[in-house]
Amino acid sequence: MSALLEVDGLSVQLPVAGEFRTVLQDVSFSLEAGQTLGLVGESGSGKSMTVRSIARLLPPGARTTGSIRFDGASVLDLRGDALRKFRSRDVSMIFQDPRAHTNPVRKIGDFLTEAMRINGKVPPREAERRAVELLAEVGIHDGERRLKQFPHELSGGLLQRVMIAASLAVKPRLILADEPTTALDVTTQSEVMAILARLQREYGMAMLFITHDLELAAAVCDRTVVMYAGAMVEHQDSSRLHTDPLHPYSAALMQARPEIDRRVPRLPAIPGHPTSAFEAPDGCAFAPRCRFAEDACRAALPPLESMGDAAYSRCRRAAELRGHLLATAEHSGGLGDGAGVGDSAGLEEEVAR
Amino acid sequence: MTALAAIAEARRRTRKRPLGRHLSILGWCAAAVLAVVALLAIFGPLLVTVDPNAVDLSGAYSGPSPEHLLGQDASGRDLFSRLLSGASTSLVGPLLVVVASTVLGTALALSAVWIGGWFDSAIARVIDAVFAFPGLLLAILATSIFGTGLQAAVIALSISYTPYIARIVRGAALRERSLPYVAALRVQGLRGTSISLRHILPNIAGLISANATLSFGFALIDLAALSFIGLGVQAPTADWGAMIGSGMAGILQLEPQEALWASLLIVITVAAANSLGDELVKRSENRS
Amino acid sequence: MIAAPGTEPTTAASGAGRTEPILAVDGLRKTFGRGRKEAVAVDGISFELHEGGSLGIVGESGSGKTTTARMLIGLEQPTAGRILVDGSDLTRPARRIKDLRARGRLIQIVFQDPYTSLDRRQKVGDCLGEVVRLHFGLSGSALNGRVRELGELVGLQERQLRALPRELSGGQRQRVAIARALAAEPKILILDEAVSALDVSIQAQILNLLADIREQRGVSYVFISHDLAVIRQITDTAIVMRHGQVVEQGQTANVLDSPQDPYTRLLRDSVPHAGWQPGTVK
Repeated sequence: MSALLEVDGLSVQLPVAGEFRTVLQDVSFSLEAGQTLGLVGESGSGKSMTVRSIARLLPPGARTTGSIRFDGASVLDLRGDALRKFRSRDVSMIFQDPRAHTNPVRKIGDFLTEAMRINGKVPPREAERRAVELLAEVGIHDGERRLKQFPHELSGGLLQRVMIAASLAVKPRLILADEPTTALDVTTQSEVMAILARLQREYGMAMLFITHDLELAAAVCDRTVVMYAGAMVEHQDSSRLHTDPLHPYSAALMQARPEIDRRVPRLPAIPGHPTSAFEAPDGCAFAPRCRFAEDACRAALPPLESMGDAAYSRCRRAAELRGHLLATAEHSGGLGDGAGVGDSAGLEEEVAR
Repeated sequence: MTALAAIAEARRRTRKRPLGRHLSILGWCAAAVLAVVALLAIFGPLLVTVDPNAVDLSGAYSGPSPEHLLGQDASGRDLFSRLLSGASTSLVGPLLVVVASTVLGTALALSAVWIGGWFDSAIARVIDAVFAFPGLLLAILATSIFGTGLQAAVIALSISYTPYIARIVRGAALRERSLPYVAALRVQGLRGTSISLRHILPNIAGLISANATLSFGFALIDLAALSFIGLGVQAPTADWGAMIGSGMAGILQLEPQEALWASLLIVITVAAANSLGDELVKRSENRS
Repeated sequence: MIAAPGTEPTTAASGAGRTEPILAVDGLRKTFGRGRKEAVAVDGISFELHEGGSLGIVGESGSGKTTTARMLIGLEQPTAGRILVDGSDLTRPARRIKDLRARGRLIQIVFQDPYTSLDRRQKVGDCLGEVVRLHFGLSGSALNGRVRELGELVGLQERQLRALPRELSGGQRQRVAIARALAAEPKILILDEAVSALDVSIQAQILNLLADIREQRGVSYVFISHDLAVIRQITDTAIVMRHGQVVEQGQTANVLDSPQDPYTRLLRDSVPHAGWQPGTVK
């Protein structure tokens, strides 16, 4: 069975101040219908850029290499009508800030029925009935009333549900969700995720789910890709991510996060700060912050290598370190050893000169 | 933070002088023109060899000659020296208007924003009321109180320009005041005047100076217009606006040199001030 | 109230319950608007914080936690209730500059957004120096020494003290904001979602820094956050707010491990974890 979405060797460079800067390098993954793939990373990791590349929403002048295939067709070669159809029928995007993606002076009803009336040539009354149905699908049961409201009259969680309803209107085969719950309260996040999961099951849609929250990705995604400085560093089943991380970065990220059921004397913080691909040094981009790094790590960027069981890691010591990455480091990443409060000075970010 | 934001961030961090030395070519040309005009105004009188007020009726409407580079006006006065010596009168007036209205408008706006409440609403009302009057009309009314002459015209225009500046500064200062760093400084116990002058003002100074440049152009036109209708600079002092006025008679006799040269200088200066001001305004808006 | 594992309180004053609290809030209430449009943001809340302690205020949007913070630092006047800090009544925002500064030396705040909470045209060192001069009248080398000391406290090097905010990363800017708040040597530091906008790896650095500062300086924290894991790591006691009211309060560990109020349970169960079924809580 061939995958719905196949990304292979995707690299992107953007023109910034007269030069091209790499923001993505060598991103490859595939996604089957009905599956959810999580893309996890911090600032500059390239997770949003990956999704933008797939939706063909990169800024003008971007240089893209590699391939993106949707249902066998090359997305990067789509033009004109085919591109419009791909964007309007095949994929839907859900964004972090629903308010920024709605027109404040237009009613929810207009927003929901517009695409149907224009694309599907559905008569207004019929479109309205469909909109109420869609709202019911996302758990909004007083749809008739909501259609007459303006975006500012709805809470963030409710508005995000409206966005999801709107993206369902065309029955897309792929949903690109870019931090859809980051701006929401935790209780609302839980509701919205439940709706997304149910709809995905019922409609058999594939979903690419972007988040900075490793826990959330592990909980809702079948497989998870961890990204750092524009490259994938780890790719495996979400269920094993917690117990068997394959890259020092994923392990360190998990450990740096405080836990709800216990307090530790010191959090094992990762020294330094996340970088973008073009700021990253030669070799492994994470090496300067990695407690397992050796000289050889700084020499060349290691390839993404298979670790068996459809698991991949971009660490040259992955095999050797497997199973030891979560062992508590005695030196906790070098922070806080008697040198006083400000000891992280040299380790945190450098001032750009 | 999205990747795009990260890129923008990295770009911000690597850029050395964000205070934009990078004008467009048009911007640079405009700045150069203004500099030349300013130099003319300052050193012009030194270049003048012929007395700009010397009447020579026999040379009325003469064309260019070695003694009179641009020819002579209706009274036979040398056009070149009148244009040069008129530069300072023509430019000092608008400059005074801009300085006075900017200082006054900024002070009003900052105190309105800091004190807030009824004071701010009162200032806002007054601004709106004065704004509703055309500046020129106000200036014409003012000359009936202060009399004619450059001084009266400058005072009148300064008053009518103040609300314009105050309105822009008030908007920018309100946005600035709502930022958390201002709250943090208030919590520290800084005086309102310190916060306004040492923190808010420097952060909106770019916008203020950009709008000052822009209003220089308008002030030049308005003052020239006042002089043209005889309410501004009085004869025989040389002034571009007044020269267009006195050149009107020549136009009817198909001798348009005087009005033409004066208008040309006004148009060039105003165009330069406006394009430079426009560019500065856009930039300061992008930055904040 | 133990500051951190392994460090028993050294001064008698920090013993919990035995002394007057450093912060006592009683029946605090804030309404906006009048008549039919009246909205209650904070609805009669009471809590105490002891010297050297760390109190968490947990809540979602609209719970009133930020309004509470704004009343504590005097940016908002309470409709009713009382705020006592170290024995002085700070219920009403100070009007005179002298009182404003005195209040500033008792209680300070760090905001969420590291980008807008610093004056973008002021160098970091000048920003700290301005506050030190304001409160302690230092100048010359004494002032510079104090600024360097503050920089060291939060892990900023001299080079970074000479930088403008835009030359610093988010984490570094938040260090500056913390140093600026500490420059007044306050007894209480309010942290309003102070680590929420930071990347996870930077968040851990700042949480460690805050723990160190509390241990070293004995400053008390009011830590406002929607993030239960962060609250667990950085606070000793916690109150849970909903619709302007306190629904549960107690030792942070108790509140999170065995929540009594259904809302606290809902909050807890909504946090993603292994085997999490979104939406099945309720």
